[in-house]
Amino acid sequence: MRIGAWAETAAISAAALLSSLALFGIFVALRGLDPLDVYATLFHGAFGTRFSLEHTLTQSAPLMLTALCTALPARAGLLVIGGEGALVIGGVVTVLVGVSLAGAPAPLAIAAMCAAGALGGGLWVGAAGALRHWRGVNETISTLLLNYIAIAVMNHLVTGPIRDFAQVLKPASWPIGPDFMLGELPGTSIHWGLAFGVAACVGTWVLMRRTTFGFAVDILGGNARAARMAGLPIGVMILTTSILGGAAAGLAGAIEIIAVHGFASASLAVGYGYTGILVAFLARQNPLAVVVVAILLGGISASGGLLQRRFGLPDAATLVLQGMLFVAVLAANTLAGRFRVFRPRTAAA
Amino acid sequence: MELGWWGVLIAVAGGAVRVSVPYLFVSLGETLTERSGRVNLGLEGTLVLGAMSGYGVAYLSGSPWLGVLVAGSAGAALGLVHGLVCNLPRVNDIAVGIALFLLGTGLAFYLGKPFIQPVAPRLPHLELGAWSASPPVRAALEINALFVVGALLAPLLGWALFNTRWGLVVRTVGDNADAARALGYSVRGVRAASTTAGGFLAGVGGSFLSLYYPGTWNEGLSSGQGLMAIALVIFARWSPLRCFWVSLLFGGATALGPALQSVGITAHYYLLNAAPYVLTLTLLIWSSSPRHLLVGAPSELTISR
Repeated sequence: MRIGAWAETAAISAAALLSSLALFGIFVALRGLDPLDVYATLFHGAFGTRFSLEHTLTQSAPLMLTALCTALPARAGLLVIGGEGALVIGGVVTVLVGVSLAGAPAPLAIAAMCAAGALGGGLWVGAAGALRHWRGVNETISTLLLNYIAIAVMNHLVTGPIRDFAQVLKPASWPIGPDFMLGELPGTSIHWGLAFGVAACVGTWVLMRRTTFGFAVDILGGNARAARMAGLPIGVMILTTSILGGAAAGLAGAIEIIAVHGFASASLAVGYGYTGILVAFLARQNPLAVVVVAILLGGISASGGLLQRRFGLPDAATLVLQGMLFVAVLAANTLAGRFRVFRPRTAAA
Repeated sequence: MELGWWGVLIAVAGGAVRVSVPYLFVSLGETLTERSGRVNLGLEGTLVLGAMSGYGVAYLSGSPWLGVLVAGSAGAALGLVHGLVCNLPRVNDIAVGIALFLLGTGLAFYLGKPFIQPVAPRLPHLELGAWSASPPVRAALEINALFVVGALLAPLLGWALFNTRWGLVVRTVGDNADAARALGYSVRGVRAASTTAGGFLAGVGGSFLSLYYPGTWNEGLSSGQGLMAIALVIFARWSPLRCFWVSLLFGGATALGPALQSVGITAHYYLLNAAPYVLTLTLLIWSSSPRHLLVGAPSELTISR
């Protein structure tokens, strides 16, 4: 990617971020709060201390993976928003595999659980890709419906077939056991999921930028008719990108199980999938930019608690900010390509 | 009196009438919006914001009908934002819908915190079952006033779309923007207005959730009804009258789980609650085709291409 294009992406996203922060400032000012004070607290809660930074990075790990669930199929021209469902299914499958492997060597079991979670999520979103290609079913609506179905399936399983009755506070599945839990990065309190997230984003970038497959997918996303005329295998590309995207979100579910919860419950579906969509759009579907944006939005989520304690803002305040940011990002899309500064001189002639 | 399986049937039929109202209003609003050539996928957020604002205003003012009006206005405001943002060149209407889904839900949760506890006045209903001695029959025949409004609105909107000058303009904009432009109509203006009106209807549908059934405000009030209603429009092939019948079908599917639970069948409760989503997906697969456009779809629509 040219430097100019990078700069343009960064400038447009920054403009969207600043205008939505300004809008949010007016919003909290209506409540009688000082916007600058709120921004300062937001920053402090996200990146101000070692503790908050570690919390932010931990939050950003699942966001990177669920963002790929939207960003990868988007390169092929699909608008997939099934990250939440794929994450939940991935988590449930992880528990099933983890419980049935009880007693196996830990590294083997962890690898199997991650693979199973990714496979579950991949097939879940891959089904929507297949329906899109062979049946013409709109993938946006089908993946949103699949989110609700996934949560219903999980609720069914954790309230009945795989319920652990030792947990009395809320319905939860059997635990995978402490032996199979993923540790933390050396010297920090951040779990290994962050490394998985960054690796997946870099891997996706390599696939999209350095392989003929990625090039073909970009052609399909840019102009579907041209791709058809060129005889590119459209079905294979749609299916592969949606399976890989779903696998990323499924892996996020696996990590939530093996690094955070240890069992499946309603706390799997806390909106990482939906925030991931925003991450993908703010990163303009670029896998490397996803890493940066996920940390930024992980910070916003992480500081929600501090905003609540300090100003008495409801925890939904971060949701409002995310919603404003999302609208601003999409509106800012209209600016792309409008500024000559970002274009090389040859193209301007 | 023991009704057994008849009881389930009566509960499903009564539930269909009761639960169908949000589906009906959202699908009518989305039909109007999509007829003008845009998709507003954010109506789930509109529904939740309508439910919250309607409940809040009904509680503060004591008038449920004022709540309905405010719910509609809140929905219209979100619709207007969608319409105006999509008027900018190169902005994807489906993506903006997802953004407004998040924003509408976020605003409702943010502003709705103080209204989770208080009890607001409910909307009135007609007692059509007064002749029966059986409580389940009487419960099933409690027809809410908004259901009557929606049942009248569906044929009215269908008539207006196909028999008035205004309807012709909306359909021309949705079927061939260039032709509409050549005739001197403002394509963006008509689309923004249709999206705003669609948002108003979805907001009204939301007020039904909080002011009649289930009749409280909480954050888990809507579970995808707004989204399913959008898929329902595709199955109803953009006809307001068919939206009415399909809404009843969806209402029945949603009422199935609770109806079975009332006769003691509690197994697979969560799976039965997934019935409407599975039904929506099945109908969506059924009404789609890989070879040709969706039958009856406005040709400017992004989801039918």
